[in-house]
Amino acid sequence: MIDWQSFTPISALTGGMIIGLAIALLLIVAGRIAGISGIVGGLIELRKGDFAWRAAFVSGLLLAPWLWRGFGELPLVRIETNYGALVLAGLAVGLGTRYGSGCTSGHGVCGLSRLSLRSVVATVLFITMGMAAVYFIRYSLS
Amino acid sequence: MLIYLAALFSGLIFGIGLILSGMINPAKVLAFLDITGRWDPSLVLVMVGAISVAFFAFRFAKRYGQTLLLFPIQLPETRALDRRLILGSLLFGLGWGIAGICPGPGLILAASGYFGAILFVVSMLLGMLIFDWLERCRFARKNLNANVDH
Repeated sequence: MIDWQSFTPISALTGGMIIGLAIALLLIVAGRIAGISGIVGGLIELRKGDFAWRAAFVSGLLLAPWLWRGFGELPLVRIETNYGALVLAGLAVGLGTRYGSGCTSGHGVCGLSRLSLRSVVATVLFITMGMAAVYFIRYSLS
Repeated sequence: MLIYLAALFSGLIFGIGLILSGMINPAKVLAFLDITGRWDPSLVLVMVGAISVAFFAFRFAKRYGQTLLLFPIQLPETRALDRRLILGSLLFGLGWGIAGICPGPGLILAASGYFGAILFVVSMLLGMLIFDWLERCRFARKNLNANVDH
């Protein structure tokens, strides 16, 4: 059943298009794919030569909430997961995105935009697994 | 120099898009993943919006193969639907489903000072370092085996 009260079509679509612009800028000027797990993974693994643009991208990302705060309040954020589960989730996300070569940005947006079959498979798998995890936690554990 | 500036602005714009779209709110992402409950389909529109713009950029990239500054564009060349892709994506989906946080929003939430998100990001970086370490071990083993064969 669709939760019409929480559904935010306009900000979702506009925000998405802004994300698309960011991807286009990085691709057309720097020649790189805006896959965040790949950019961060390469950054901490200190790969040869391409450290600077990765650091610049991540700096921009980290500056975003501060720039936003210069104009107004950040939107409401609710983190319901307990600390132990957040650690577990972080480990799974870090390891999984590196093994699978991408996350929601790299596979889910960039990969689908360039019609990569690998990314279609990855996206279907991580969304399905995410839904299965939420179902299990919300309806089977309690 | 222009490349670094573009990367900085790209990161900044990306972050603004993530904040505006609502995707930095883990509760909203979990509401999307909760398909049998009160389902919030907003994430679908975030993806549709992003893809509808990025699609044309990738068309340009494939057509010209170089950037506006005439640098080569680096696109992934792997085609294989291998075990790494499948298991890695499933593991990522599991973590995403537990927390409702993926790498981009995680970094933004951590930079905004949410303690839970800082825990998530530190663990994520640790997970990436573990991956790097496992890869090195695999590579070393491979070399060792190659030497034994000779």
